Amino acid sequence: MARARKRDRLRWSKLYTFSCFRHPHTDEGGGGGGGPSAASGSPVGGPGFSRVVHCNNSILHRRKPLKYPTNYISTTKYNVLTFLPKAIFEQFRRVANLYFLLTAILSLTPVCPFSPVSMIAPLAFVVGLSMIKEALEDWRRFMQDMKVNNRKVSVHKGDGEFGFRHWEDLCVGDVVRVEKDQFFPADLLLLSSSYEDGICYVETMNLDGETNLKLKRSLEVTLPLEEDETYKDFRGVIRCEDPNPSLYTFIGNLEYERQIYSIDPFQILLRDSKLRNTAFIYGVVIFTGHDSKVMQNSTESPSKRSRIEKKMDLVIYILFTVLVLISLISSIGFAVRIKLDLPRWWYLQPEKSNKLDDPTRPALSGIFHLITALILYGYLIPISLYVSIEVVKVAQAHFINQDLHMFDEETGNTAQARTSNLNEELGQVHTILSDKTGTLTCNQMDFLKCSIAGVSYGVRASEVERAAAKQMASGAADDQDISLEDVWENTEDEIQLLEGVNFSAGNTPKTSIKGFSFEDNRLMQGNWTKEPNSNMVLLFFRILALCHTAIPEVNEETGALTYEAESPDEGAFLVAAREFGFEFSKRTQSSIFIKEKYTSSNGTIEREFKILNLLEFNSKRKRMTVILKDEDDRIFLLCKGADTIIFDRLAKNGRLYEPDTTKHLNEYGEAGLRTLALSYRMLEESEYASWNAEFLQAKTSIGPDRELQLERVADLIERELILVGATAVEDKLQTGVPQCIDRLAQAGLKIWVLTGDKMETAINIGYACSLLRQGMKRISLSTTAGDQVAQDAQKAAKESLMLQIANGSQMVKLEKDPDAAFALIIDGKALTFALEDDMKHMFLNLATECASVICCRVSPRQKALVTRLVKEGLGKTTLAIGDGANDVGMIQEADIGVGISGVEGMQAVMASDFSISQFRFLERLLVVHGHWCYKRIAQMICYFFYKNITFGLTIFYFEAFAGFSGQSVYDDWFMLLFNVVLTSLPVISLGVFEQDVSAEICLQFPALYQQGPNNLFFDWYRILGWMGNGLYSSLAIFFLNICIFYDQAIRSGGQTADMASVGTTMFSCIIWAVNIQIALTMSHFTWIQHVFVWGSIGTWYVFIIAYGMALKSRDNYQIMLEVLGPAPLYWAATLLVTAACNIPYLIHISYQRSCNPLDHHVIQEIKYLRKDVEDETMWKRERSKARQRTKIGFTARVDAKIKQIKGRLHKKSPSLTIHTVA
Amino acid sequence: MASDPAGDEGGGCRLRSICGGCDSDPDVVLRRLDTNTSAPTAPQSALPSPSSSSFPNQQEPRLLFLSPNPSKQQARKSRKPRDQPPALAESPPFLGPGMASNVAVTGNAGSGADGDAPRRNRPKYSKFTQQELPACKPILTPKWVVSVFFLVGVIFVPVGVVSLLAARDVVEIIDRYDHACVPPNMTDNKLGYIRNQTISKDCTRTLRVKKDMKQPIFVYYQLDNFYQNHRRYVKSRNDAQLRDYKKANQTTSCEPERFTADGKPIVPCGLIAWSLFNDTYSFTRSNENLTVDKKDISWKSDREHKFAKNVYPSNFQNGALIGGKMLNASIPLSEQEDLIVWMRTAALPTFRKLYGRISVDLKVNDTIIVKLSNNYNTYSFGGKKKLVLSTATWLGGKNEFLGFAYLIVGGLCIFLAFAFTLLYVIKPRKLGDHNYLSWNRHPSGR
Repeated sequence: MARARKRDRLRWSKLYTFSCFRHPHTDEGGGGGGGPSAASGSPVGGPGFSRVVHCNNSILHRRKPLKYPTNYISTTKYNVLTFLPKAIFEQFRRVANLYFLLTAILSLTPVCPFSPVSMIAPLAFVVGLSMIKEALEDWRRFMQDMKVNNRKVSVHKGDGEFGFRHWEDLCVGDVVRVEKDQFFPADLLLLSSSYEDGICYVETMNLDGETNLKLKRSLEVTLPLEEDETYKDFRGVIRCEDPNPSLYTFIGNLEYERQIYSIDPFQILLRDSKLRNTAFIYGVVIFTGHDSKVMQNSTESPSKRSRIEKKMDLVIYILFTVLVLISLISSIGFAVRIKLDLPRWWYLQPEKSNKLDDPTRPALSGIFHLITALILYGYLIPISLYVSIEVVKVAQAHFINQDLHMFDEETGNTAQARTSNLNEELGQVHTILSDKTGTLTCNQMDFLKCSIAGVSYGVRASEVERAAAKQMASGAADDQDISLEDVWENTEDEIQLLEGVNFSAGNTPKTSIKGFSFEDNRLMQGNWTKEPNSNMVLLFFRILALCHTAIPEVNEETGALTYEAESPDEGAFLVAAREFGFEFSKRTQSSIFIKEKYTSSNGTIEREFKILNLLEFNSKRKRMTVILKDEDDRIFLLCKGADTIIFDRLAKNGRLYEPDTTKHLNEYGEAGLRTLALSYRMLEESEYASWNAEFLQAKTSIGPDRELQLERVADLIERELILVGATAVEDKLQTGVPQCIDRLAQAGLKIWVLTGDKMETAINIGYACSLLRQGMKRISLSTTAGDQVAQDAQKAAKESLMLQIANGSQMVKLEKDPDAAFALIIDGKALTFALEDDMKHMFLNLATECASVICCRVSPRQKALVTRLVKEGLGKTTLAIGDGANDVGMIQEADIGVGISGVEGMQAVMASDFSISQFRFLERLLVVHGHWCYKRIAQMICYFFYKNITFGLTIFYFEAFAGFSGQSVYDDWFMLLFNVVLTSLPVISLGVFEQDVSAEICLQFPALYQQGPNNLFFDWYRILGWMGNGLYSSLAIFFLNICIFYDQAIRSGGQTADMASVGTTMFSCIIWAVNIQIALTMSHFTWIQHVFVWGSIGTWYVFIIAYGMALKSRDNYQIMLEVLGPAPLYWAATLLVTAACNIPYLIHISYQRSCNPLDHHVIQEIKYLRKDVEDETMWKRERSKARQRTKIGFTARVDAKIKQIKGRLHKKSPSLTIHTVA
Repeated sequence: MASDPAGDEGGGCRLRSICGGCDSDPDVVLRRLDTNTSAPTAPQSALPSPSSSSFPNQQEPRLLFLSPNPSKQQARKSRKPRDQPPALAESPPFLGPGMASNVAVTGNAGSGADGDAPRRNRPKYSKFTQQELPACKPILTPKWVVSVFFLVGVIFVPVGVVSLLAARDVVEIIDRYDHACVPPNMTDNKLGYIRNQTISKDCTRTLRVKKDMKQPIFVYYQLDNFYQNHRRYVKSRNDAQLRDYKKANQTTSCEPERFTADGKPIVPCGLIAWSLFNDTYSFTRSNENLTVDKKDISWKSDREHKFAKNVYPSNFQNGALIGGKMLNASIPLSEQEDLIVWMRTAALPTFRKLYGRISVDLKVNDTIIVKLSNNYNTYSFGGKKKLVLSTATWLGGKNEFLGFAYLIVGGLCIFLAFAFTLLYVIKPRKLGDHNYLSWNRHPSGR
């Protein structure tokens, strides 16, 4: 290990100019903090800063008073003890459940019209089921926690010995050693690292979603603590702030060797961030477990409810109202009957009545009866609705989880429905807000093209180019009748074919190198030496190989080099350089070694370049420069940076290739590539010396303007550059992203991209995934206002933005061409103003007018704010998708949060409602599962209302005939089983298995998705329709039966019907009617539906026969076998009532289908008649038409192109339309 | 990059669109199953098969070369040699459920087979989980609509006719006697009349047979406005007591008729039994006594199981208040059929109960003299009392409603069948006519 460490010993601080500079002898200026400082001025020790950590002496922290929580984390809701009370409390927070609980309690009193068990059993069943679900979910959470808690970390065990210990056993004050690519187990104070100057790189993806590495550095005094043994006697005391959620601040002191040093955030390593590019670090634990900043930051994700469920609640409230109303009617009726009639009903012995039916106190009795009635008619409120929905949603979630089409072979991740209560919301999405990095792109850069000395190299097309070319080709070859899917399918095939050919031809597998997709024989295999400008090419390659801050790492087994670069672009450059024969092999403190290999036959030469200065990249400078000396002692300045920045700094004689390069840069930009311009400059020794002197002075200067000084000096040398060329790197889109966006757009979804990236990158990606295209009118909103400008400047900026928005809106309004598309691009600063209350609606209006919206440089908070604006401003369902911790706010704020469970960062996934492993699965998640789930749940809820109204109202009608006495015509057991057994399974099968059209049709006809956002299946019209149907059915069932069984004999034996036989017949009718009804509702019968629907009817007969065997059944004893079964009248009544109940619905659906068919009806018919096979042209044409007219996506690009062509060839268009009609 | 899943999707789609809409076709289902199950293994030429990873030395270079996504392969390879526990290095602190299991698998495998993890995580293909179960997808074609309505009509109309005819066959004589049997001097004080034990309640009614009546002729009494379905009434009984003599003491729920004044349990207890109907009828036809057969007027199961042979009435109607009929304490309950019939509470306030059977045919214009004792008090609540003589058919009594209802529903269905036929003729819509798709109907609206 020691040897490996030696090699890593680089003093970056000597090289870095801006970010990592340490004031050597001062503690001035917050960022430094190397030397000892007095604690007098700091708040440490005061309130809020009471924490004391005895380093390497954790025993002190195992006892009071310095006992801090352990590193054990628990995210569970319950534990063994609290589960029952808490879970029960949770259950009864639902109004409906509370109501049922109340009725169950009341059922123990004589007020109740039923036996207590018939009230308590369903409730216990329903609540029990939900609680089991809760328990299972919590168990999963617990297992997850255990996994984290049981991770191992190397801890100092005393006497300089380190050993592994579980994370959960970690204590404040422990010294830990964290190896490369491990997560920090707790918040640590960095003591030393494998680098000599105590630097380490940290990836904070889990905290803020940023993929670039962050530098941390230890205090100078702790630098010697770099070996295991040195910790034998290490003692120190940290006094610092109490646990708080602020990730970017830290105030504290380290008391070490009788000196006090102040600690700042630079020395703090946060739990859940990852050590990168550094072999190991030592750190001392400051905050453990729930005290750590990341845990303090974790907020409980808000519980979300779907629109349908909210509306369902409303309907339930309506039903409650109806319930109260009929209960009131009933109790008033009861009171009146009691007052007026009961005294005359001698057979009830009114003189012996108790207070429940006391003719002398009718009001009191009426009030008691109100309670009875509320319980009795409780069947209006579907008790099993919630639990059925829960069951259905769990099943739906299971289908989502199991869907092989959403399984990612590479990561082995399936889609996960993390909360199942939003399934149907997936079918109603209106706007998608997407993160860019890691969501649309893989954050993997591929070197694809370059322009050297005015010549463009790289024959491989970018994804955008390829797809567009194919689209064009197909568009030209045929009419637009060819549907998009075919094009895509063909593309896939062709590409596969091409690659197959490549492989079989025995090509070297260059194409498969990560980060390198370049292909051009002019440059490869050393052929570049034959190029006319080979000098320039050489220079270009050297710039690639030299101008960076990466470190090579040798894989010990294979000897292959990998590069640890700060950004993926840089990595791609280095890989490219290596492939071109310029392998960056070693970096020392002052030199870079490159193995150059000009031609394949030549051997390699190792060259050493001395680094004189390194002016690293930052977002403000947008360039990076190295100044180095080659083996011939010539001094070069190599600079790469954004094209605009470089072009501004070119020398007069350096502009030779500018026009060509500019052209190429534009082409690359169009192809969706990220571009950088490369340039160089030769420096004279003297020139350099004088500049360096100035630079050193600036570097060592003290004071707040040091940064400015440095920048100014750096600027001095980065001039008079000579342009060499430009690189084009493909920020690889994730597989299928443009296709997915295209189809989502066709499904009528709006897509907004919110990214932390700079505007150029965002726009490039916008092009790459077809959110932007040529000919789109771009409205860019930005402000020039800096960070700390004065009040009036802010105001001015705001006003200018206001003007921009107004202009934009005006432009949109005045646009005559209906096909014109607008794109809105706004940057973060402008967004801060745009999100203010007075402006946000203007902004939103403009944004909704635009076909695509891209927000750049957006902070996580702004992402959440934008999401809220869209959600609340439009009142439509929003879906946020992202992969990083910076998307968490947005994911939690949106109606549906989708996390990409890609490579790292589980924060987004943890906060999300659904997780998928690739963006392209979103299409299937929404268009297939969302569509289905929406329809299923909507139909299911409607049916539930119907079913319970049908049943509940018959009870009410009977009341009127029973003197409002609260007698039910049905046996208690019938009531109990109605919701729980006899009608629940069919409706669950509807909710789980119904498919109006198959998955592939959902995908082929994205327009079908619009049924969800338009809420065709759960609008008030439909809900009321179903309720009306229920009302009608209840009337039909009750009155038909009453008339049939009025007073006459029901059998040839002369027997008349008693209450039991009337009740049983009515109940039979209900079972038949509601089950036939659901069969009519379904359009998809697998064996499961058949079993459930017909089985329910069968179960009823089995039950009533079995029940009839039991003497306990009172008047229902032998009712089916002896009384009703042999009576033709019973069967005649069942048939009549069942038919009468369902005829109106049958009329409705027949009429609707014949005169007003919905899209899925027609498609079902086409499929049914196999027209899609017989008339393929029609089928294809409809598929291509079945999309929203989009202004974004590939289709729109093609449409625009076709319009262009059409514009030129006027004659062609009429023939096209004729063709369509035929 | 044509990655494997995408290719599969494309291929699957195309195949499906060829055989679309025929999910129930087993042949097709089989084929689809093939495409799907073969998906993971099909690109064997391109992807390393799981087994081959156990021979890394021989296979890997070639695999790397062939793999469509070697970067992944490379990454895996480079990760493998590290000797730290893989779980430590790879899993982020927070794990989704899916990830968690993945990592667990990786960690346990240990032997460098972590390349298998994605495969193990792969959901197993089943038609159920992929929601591809064969299904029949009936749709309402005009043919179906018309034939369903027509069929319902064709079935319902004859059923209606038959049941109407059956109802018409029934001959029924209804005589309301509650009013007529009150002596003329007491019509203003009917309650006084019925409560006065001293006044004879005997009464004679004359009935004329309007149509031939075939035996058996059922004798019913019909009460109006009598709430046998009142909850207080319905509850007031105890079945255990009736079927088991040992449980005579069980009078729970019999309120308010549980005990006699001296606290003895009443058998049968409760309001229902207490208020037993006690009018009696006897019939003569021109001096010929028509015997009323009161056997077997109740349900057999009631007699045999619910009312026991060894339970005798005790303390019945012993209280201060006497409700209805007295029961002969020497006859077991199972033979007290009037009680058994009465105890089957009626669903509606108007009800008929079987009184007995006359096993003699009655001829048209026969005069039947009914001697009845008008004991039962319906006067206090204004209820009517009727005596009904009725024959019955296979369908039961004179129930014309059922027949009419069937005729109406059946007629409606036939009408609807014609209406829909007409609709399809006048406003035909070709099935699956793409012009009805919303984007063709409202091209501008989109």
